[in-house]
Amino acid sequence: MTMDTTHEHAEPVSYRTITTVWAALLALTTVLVTISHFSHFWAVVAMLTLTPLKAGLVLYYFMHLKYEGPLIKGMVSIALTTLVIFIGMMFLDIAFR
Amino acid sequence: MSVHRDDLGARIGMWLFLFTEMMLFGGLFLLYSAYRSMHPVEFHAAGEELNVALGVFNTLVLLTSSYTLALSLTAVEKGQAPLAKRLIAATILLGALFLVVKGFEWSAEFRHGIYPNSPGLLQRAPGVVLFYGLYFTMTGLHGLHIIAGMGLMSVALLKLAKGEVKKGHSIFLENVGLYWHLVDVIWIFLLPLFYLAA
Amino acid sequence: MNTNYLEPQGRGAVRDWILSTDHKRIGVMYLGVMLTMFWVAVLIGVLMRIEQLTMGPTLMTPAAYNAMFTVHGVIMIFLFVVPGLPAVFGNFMLPIMIGAKDVSFPRINLLSWYFFVIGGALAVASLFLGGGAPDTGWTFYVPFSLKTNTNVSLAVFAAFLLGFSSILTGINFITTIHRMRAPGMTWHRMPLFVWALYSTAWIQVIATPVIGITLLLVILERTFGIGVFDPAKGGDPVLYQHLFWIYSHPAVYVMIVPAMGAITEIIPTFARRTIFGYKAIAYSSIAIAAFGSLVWAHHMFTSGMGEIANTVFSLLTFIVAVPSAIKVFNWTATLYKGSTKMEPPMLYALSFIFLFCIGGLTGVMQGALALNVHLHDTYFIVGHFHYVMFGGTGFAFFAALLYWFPKMFGRTYDRRWAFASWPPMFIGFNILYGSMMMLGLQGMPRRYFDHLPQYHSLHVAATVGSWILVTGLAMYFTTLLRGLLHGAKAQANPWGSLTLEWTTSSPPPVENFDVIPTVEHSPYAYNPTRTS
Repeated sequence: MTMDTTHEHAEPVSYRTITTVWAALLALTTVLVTISHFSHFWAVVAMLTLTPLKAGLVLYYFMHLKYEGPLIKGMVSIALTTLVIFIGMMFLDIAFR
Repeated sequence: MSVHRDDLGARIGMWLFLFTEMMLFGGLFLLYSAYRSMHPVEFHAAGEELNVALGVFNTLVLLTSSYTLALSLTAVEKGQAPLAKRLIAATILLGALFLVVKGFEWSAEFRHGIYPNSPGLLQRAPGVVLFYGLYFTMTGLHGLHIIAGMGLMSVALLKLAKGEVKKGHSIFLENVGLYWHLVDVIWIFLLPLFYLAA
Repeated sequence: MNTNYLEPQGRGAVRDWILSTDHKRIGVMYLGVMLTMFWVAVLIGVLMRIEQLTMGPTLMTPAAYNAMFTVHGVIMIFLFVVPGLPAVFGNFMLPIMIGAKDVSFPRINLLSWYFFVIGGALAVASLFLGGGAPDTGWTFYVPFSLKTNTNVSLAVFAAFLLGFSSILTGINFITTIHRMRAPGMTWHRMPLFVWALYSTAWIQVIATPVIGITLLLVILERTFGIGVFDPAKGGDPVLYQHLFWIYSHPAVYVMIVPAMGAITEIIPTFARRTIFGYKAIAYSSIAIAAFGSLVWAHHMFTSGMGEIANTVFSLLTFIVAVPSAIKVFNWTATLYKGSTKMEPPMLYALSFIFLFCIGGLTGVMQGALALNVHLHDTYFIVGHFHYVMFGGTGFAFFAALLYWFPKMFGRTYDRRWAFASWPPMFIGFNILYGSMMMLGLQGMPRRYFDHLPQYHSLHVAATVGSWILVTGLAMYFTTLLRGLLHGAKAQANPWGSLTLEWTTSSPPPVENFDVIPTVEHSPYAYNPTRTS
């Protein structure tokens, strides 16, 4: 297996992209906080959708996950899936006692 | 022993370490989700006592610190070392600001008699005790990681100043960035769980 | 000039070792510390068995007995079996087996050893300082672990550091296997020991942090009273058990999968046959790691979980037995029509299969809900896990050490004494732990300082078994020690094996290979003209 690993990314992520993502993160935070002042139901919906979205933006752009190959992307999925499964299976107990 | 350079390997190693951080906090998220489902009313009530404004402010601080650090990596990769140094320094300062605000929050809570095992707290409903137990543990552990991140960034700044980190040789900064951004991601989840719980 | 790795390197004897980032030296250093801790824990076990030789106190108070089984468990699990084969043989052999000069992160490798030593030192310190040795059992269940005045926080912090050591090893191995394989070594040409180490490393990375946070929470609870596990403050002790076993069950696969990997190296070598079902063994390791992460609550069937959880975890427990069984069938099939040469490593490897089957099958028994109610917290469980951890991982460790000893140290041991150590080990082992199985079926509880008259004769039998077993252990280690000090020089490939480590000298040179090899065939191509 050859290993030319010194230049992984063809181009650095542009200042423009980074700034756009940052602005989106600030905007999403504002939306999230605003909605949580309305009904409890919409607050939960917002939390369950916007929070992972924000995290996803940080992972994909700031942490370069978008530019990584299937190996690292696959590894991240394994870790996240496992955590979700742990929490889910724990609920098999406490939700049905 | 010959030293080989393997940037992808270094990144894989860093991501694997980040998984351990995800699982470390993950155990706390598991506890939060369990206890919240057992005590929904008390979690809601206790959440209202936290200072949302400070929580949101800290979120913006941390998001911006990720912004500056991400910019710094691009700056290094474009050969703009002086800009990169200023951006890393700004990130460290934003981290410090985060800790200062956290310090204010915690001392306000202590002054109100809210701290682990406080007599005032123990008189309240179990759900409230659990809420604050998780609050102090999770934000405390997160704060320790902020301090560690600031330390790592200081090392990166030093390496940048010495020319060990430079265009084409930026893996150290990149990995420090991965760490810091994950600390940011964890806070992204902590915000709604504690401050917007109401 | 690529001198052998044991030659002095100019910094003085001590610093040549404790500052070395050479994976081979690190593996040997792990071996030294682990065997020392192993013997401490064996001694504690012997004392525990002497205590049970008579009814009523024999040697110690009940409180001391509680401390004994706690420390025995903590040392054996966190300082011997979990680091186990990966720390010694993984570190030593992995890079060489894939044709690399070292692991991806040699300095982090040394750091993992430092964490291991410091964790071990703190664990030993907890025996002597202040409140004395912890008496909670190695499982540190709340609420007792929150209340007892013994050195729980120190012991638990030691375990935290040991977990960190394990995590760093896991990170190193995953990266190394992805990035450092020699040209031509595709995934399906890797030795199966490497597949085992890879699966194990994933468990180390993903599961260990969960016990990390759990132990941290115990310390925080004891120090600050945060309330997350204290029932008086609304905490749920069963949640502690969930978090604890989310790591500690996958941990047993960290213990057994590399052991199975080593057996998978030994059997083809001495059967002179290619391994039967390479891909089945490779992927069953992955399957064990994956499914083994989903069964943790089978340790909690009697803790008050709901029926749905009990049923789901019981079903998954039956399923996870399947990939292990696949391996047993494949090893057996490999032996069929083989040209078996009996050497000490092979004898221990074959007895592994027998002992692991007993351990594994009794595990499946325990996974049955109705049976579990009767067996939980009895000596049956103690018998079960000693069959898998000792009869399984322990015997595989002994087999691997006999197998790789000439390569690691460049010396041979006395073959007849190595054979002679086996009967007392095997017989003593089965008397000791077989008696425990019977005691458990009859209802003898575990972690009890004393026993009722109806259990007495089996306890005496078990204790006698422990003496026979320890005799075998002493013979085994004396044989190896004498080989180390006085043994004849070893050849490069005394067993005629085909994996890459045997192409290097015994001991290997510092950089493993003068020229990185190009791999062109499977590592088990014995008698390639045979078609069956």
